[in-house]
Amino acid sequence: MSHVAHSSTTNTARTERSATASKAYAAFLGIGLVLLVVAPMFFYPIFLMKLLCFALFACAFNLLLGYTGLLSFGHATFFGGAAYFTAHVVKEWGVTPEIGILIGVAGAALLGLIMGFFAIRRQGIYFAMITLALSQMFFFFCLQAGFTHGEDGIQSVPRGHLFGFIDLADTTSMYYFVLGVFLIGMIVIWRFINSPFGMILKSIRENEQRAVSLGYSVARYKLGAFVMSAALSGLAGGTKALVFQFATLTDVGWQMSGEVILMTLLGGIGTLIGPVFGAGLVVTLQNYLATSQFPVTIITGVVFMVCVLLFRRGIIGEFYASRLGRKLGFEHRR
Amino acid sequence: MAVPLQELHEEPRVVLSARGLSKSFGAFLAVRDVDLDIQHARVHALIGPNGAGKTTVFNLLTKFLQPTAGSITLLGTDITKTPPDKVARMGLVRSFQISAVFPHLTVLDNIRVALQRPNGLSTQFWLPTSALDRLNDRADELIETVGLKRERNAIAADLSYGRKRVLEIATTLALDPKVLLLDEPMAGMGQEDIGTVSNIIREVAKTRAVLMVEHNLSVVADICHHVTVLQRGEILAEGDYAAVSQDERVRLAYMGTEDA
Repeated sequence: MSHVAHSSTTNTARTERSATASKAYAAFLGIGLVLLVVAPMFFYPIFLMKLLCFALFACAFNLLLGYTGLLSFGHATFFGGAAYFTAHVVKEWGVTPEIGILIGVAGAALLGLIMGFFAIRRQGIYFAMITLALSQMFFFFCLQAGFTHGEDGIQSVPRGHLFGFIDLADTTSMYYFVLGVFLIGMIVIWRFINSPFGMILKSIRENEQRAVSLGYSVARYKLGAFVMSAALSGLAGGTKALVFQFATLTDVGWQMSGEVILMTLLGGIGTLIGPVFGAGLVVTLQNYLATSQFPVTIITGVVFMVCVLLFRRGIIGEFYASRLGRKLGFEHRR
Repeated sequence: MAVPLQELHEEPRVVLSARGLSKSFGAFLAVRDVDLDIQHARVHALIGPNGAGKTTVFNLLTKFLQPTAGSITLLGTDITKTPPDKVARMGLVRSFQISAVFPHLTVLDNIRVALQRPNGLSTQFWLPTSALDRLNDRADELIETVGLKRERNAIAADLSYGRKRVLEIATTLALDPKVLLLDEPMAGMGQEDIGTVSNIIREVAKTRAVLMVEHNLSVVADICHHVTVLQRGEILAEGDYAAVSQDERVRLAYMGTEDA
C-alpha cells in the first residue's frame, strides 16, 4: 500500500505498520528463498519437487477461493488435465519440456474457460456442484480417451532437455527448474492479486451488488480469475508430470480436487503463502505416513478437523492475526 | 466534468421514464402500473409509507429486478431487457438503502474502484496497483467535494454510518452518472451530514437528474422539485411538495408523520 503522507494519526500508524510489514515480508521472503535453494542438500529432491508442485497448485486454487470467493470442486481437471497434455506432447511429439508445460498450461486454461463459462453464473454450493460434475465428466473422458492410456496412464515420459541443452534427467537441474517454475507462478499470482484487475476482484468479493451497480460485468471478472487459476493449476500439473515422468488418473480424480481445498484451508485462505504451508503439511504427512500401516486419509482428516475447530484462519492466517504477526505489521482482513 | 459544478441551470427534459411498470412476487403485486418521468436538472422524490414499493421501483429502474410488465426508457433507449451492469455503464447509477461501500478498502480505494472502469483500468492484471495512482487527482477532488478529506486513507468499515453514506455518494458521483438514483441517502444520518448531503445533491442535480427515496420530509421539501407518492405499489399523488402535502389522501397515508 503506498500512501501519500498525511497528517491524521491513524494514517501515520497505518503507513508505519505497512512499512514494518513490508520489511518483515522481505525478510521472510529472503529466508524462504535461501531455504529453497539449499533444501536439496538436506531433503530428497523428488519430495521437494512434489511439494513445490502442490504448493503452486494450492496457491492457484487460492487465487479463486481466497481472492475471488469462488469454491471450485473441480480443480483436479486443470492439474491432471495439464499433466496429461504435457506428458503426451513431450513423449509423443518430442517437444522440449518448457514447450510441453506451456501446452499443458494452454490446455488447462481452455478447460478453465469451458468449465468457468458454465459454472460462473451460479453461486455457492451450485457453483461447487457444477464444477464437480464437469470435472467428473473430464475424469471419465480421461478414463476412455486413447491418448491417456486409461488405467495405465502415460508412463516413462522423458524429462528431455530444457531449451534443448540442459539435461533435466539430472535431479539437481530438475529441482532448480521446478523451483524456477514455482517462483514464476508465485510472481504471476502476486502480480495478479495486486493489480487493477485484482482490485476489482476484491471489490466484487466485498460487495458484489455494488460492483454491478458501478457497471462491472461481474461474471466476466470472475471468469477471468477462473481461467487464470486454471492456467496456473495447469502449470503445476504439467510440471508434476515431468517430475514423476508419468500422468495418471489420480491427478484428475475428485479426491485431488478435495486435497487442494484441504491444503488451502490448512494454510490459510486469502493469504499469498498460506497454501504453500498447507501443501507442505499435507504432502509431508502423505510422504511419511505412506510407509506406515496407518491410513493417511484418517490422519489428514483429523488434522483438517483440528484446523477447522482450533485455527480457522489456517496456519498462516492465524500467524498474521497473532500478537507476533500484528507486531510485525501483518494485517489479516477476513 | 468536475464536481463542484458551476452555476448552470440547464433545461429540464425527460431522461428516464417508466410506463405501466409492474412487478409481482408470486401472487403479491408489489408495484402496479407505475408511470414515472425523471427529468434532467431536477430532483425527484419518491416517498410513501413502509412497504409502498419504493425500493422495488428502484430495483426495477436499475434492472436489478426484471419488471413483470411495462417498459423503461433511458435517454431514448429502451432498457426494459438490459442487464444492470450495462444500465450502469449507460449512465444510470444507484446507491443502496443499506450502505454499499467496499468495507475493507480505504476511502480512496473505494472511489478508485469506481473510477477504474471509465478510465479503462479495470482489466489490467499485469500492472501493479500503483498504476491506479493516476486516478488520485480525480479521487481527491471527489473526496474534497463530500468532505471526507480527513478520512481519505481510513478503512471504509471504520467510518461512521453517515460517513459511509457520504462515501457511497462520492463513489456514485465518480462515475459521473447522467441519472442518479439514491435510496434513502439520509437514513441514519446526523443533522450535520444531512446538511452536507443535501447541498451535494442540490449541486449535482444542476447537471443531471436525481431520483431519491426519502423519509425525511423536510429534506424533501427543501431540495426536491417534484414528488411522487407511492402507496401499496401504486402512485397515490404527484406534483410539487406544496401540492402533494395538501393532498387529503397523502395526509391520511402519512398520518402523524406529515410534519416531520
